[in-house]
Amino acid sequence: MKFDLITDLYVFMLAAFIGFAVIRRITPLLHTPLMSLTNALDAIAVVGAIIMAGEHKTTLSTVLGTIAIVAATSNVVGGFLITDRMLKMFKSSRPQKP
Amino acid sequence: MNFHSPYLIESTYLIATALFILSLKFMSSPTTARHGVWAGEVGMLLAIVGTLLNAGIVDYRWVAIALVLGSIIGVPLGMVHMTAVPQRTALSHCFGALCVTLVGASEFYLQSPNVPKFTMSVLAMEVILGSLTFTGSLMAAGKLQEWLPQRPITFKGQNFVNLGLLAGTVGVAIFLVIHPERADLFPIILGVPFMLGIMMIIPIGGADMPTIISLLNSYAGLSAAAMGFVLNSKLLIIAGALDGASGFILSVNMSKAMNRSFTNVVFGAFGQEQAKAVGGVEERPVKSATPEEAAAILGAASKVIIVPGYGMAVAQAQHKVRELYDTLTKRGVDVKFGIHPVAGRMPGHMNVLLAEADIPYDKLMDIDDANSDFPQTDVVLIIGANDVTNPAARTDKSSPIYGMPILDVDKARTVMVIKRGMSPGFAGIDNPLYYLDKTLMLFGDAKAFVGSIVRELTGGGGHG
Repeated sequence: MKFDLITDLYVFMLAAFIGFAVIRRITPLLHTPLMSLTNALDAIAVVGAIIMAGEHKTTLSTVLGTIAIVAATSNVVGGFLITDRMLKMFKSSRPQKP
Repeated sequence: MNFHSPYLIESTYLIATALFILSLKFMSSPTTARHGVWAGEVGMLLAIVGTLLNAGIVDYRWVAIALVLGSIIGVPLGMVHMTAVPQRTALSHCFGALCVTLVGASEFYLQSPNVPKFTMSVLAMEVILGSLTFTGSLMAAGKLQEWLPQRPITFKGQNFVNLGLLAGTVGVAIFLVIHPERADLFPIILGVPFMLGIMMIIPIGGADMPTIISLLNSYAGLSAAAMGFVLNSKLLIIAGALDGASGFILSVNMSKAMNRSFTNVVFGAFGQEQAKAVGGVEERPVKSATPEEAAAILGAASKVIIVPGYGMAVAQAQHKVRELYDTLTKRGVDVKFGIHPVAGRMPGHMNVLLAEADIPYDKLMDIDDANSDFPQTDVVLIIGANDVTNPAARTDKSSPIYGMPILDVDKARTVMVIKRGMSPGFAGIDNPLYYLDKTLMLFGDAKAFVGSIVRELTGGGGHG
């Protein structure tokens, strides 16, 4: 495995700046759904777990990888589900298109 | 076409990354926010499908079982009641951290004893943050669900012990970077942060939960980013950085809203010094009112602001509050809500509860808008909030909450406070608001009291 440390650090720094710029604009009204959404997005760690479990290198790595997939997938499904349920409830009093 | 091509897989990751950033961008307005969920879902699906194409995967059985099992567990976690959202959020931080920690640990044992220095250092960061977030979030969820005592539990030398544990862990981690062949030491950087997570949350009280949940959110994100460095996955680095940034912004917001520094929240359980402040309070007269009187005053007002706090959530009063809102609005009264950033148990908690009760979001004001409206307001009705309305934060330099941004409810013509009794708030601080001439105390259960006011206003014949 080749490690491109400097590129990864650049990527991290740029992503952090984008994160600050985008998230700062989010209204406090939606801070709870924001947290559950970022939780679901963060569960992208599942891709690492899938490779860990699927490569089947040792019993330990397969077992730990499998548990990790379960944990992350439940965050993906639960996180998106509850975020959507919350956002559905936010309605304006101004007239809306049907 | 070769479906196992790394280029194909990486392009799914690239699109997923763009969709994740768009997803957060859509969240900036309630009108587009649901697109954000869809963008996130499509991105996630693409990335998972892309990963499944990876040529290195030889055995799909366990992956498939785990994906199905995770989805089955995820559905009830997504369907919890809105009042349980703070503990659900804490629990999902806990699951996220578990995933990261387990992958980190097995990566170490796969590469041991020849772990490159750089890999070892990010790996150490990944498992330390992951393990700490795992138990910390579990404890936070337990406190929020009231399985654990919500009161801060403190003991002498607590901070000293915690800092010592942290320093020790970092020391062992540095040693492992230099001597990665000492696999026998690895359990230490897993186990000690595990303990530390518990120790860190024990002294945290309920009212500090918004800050702590945000902080754990940030840790969960950073540990995922560290995992991205270990696996050399740009997608993970970016998703982790976005989550980390979000948690960080929210925790800074929360500590600002309480006028406390980060370190103060984490290391200074509120209780101790403030307990003294309560001692010297003499019994002072307060004016109280019945539901009939309260209804008469509200009915005669032209502008009303309702200030909800955690007490409203505890009493499950939000649907009665919605009835009150409807009744008053029908009479032509302008009703809005003033929401303090730390009201409730997580950032934005009150907004979600009120939205669930079908109150339009354009009636929910943040602290700045509310404060500019209070001087033109006839009646402020406070339901289950205390410290965030305490004018001592503005005037009394000796008050422990001096300097904290508060809702200036005392600028309104009349203030009504629904409260069970005269007990002080979480910080144990007396609230001078209650002794003002313009303040009426409405003693009783929030849900029942609001219900009685509604009955009086609609003339439904009920008497209290």
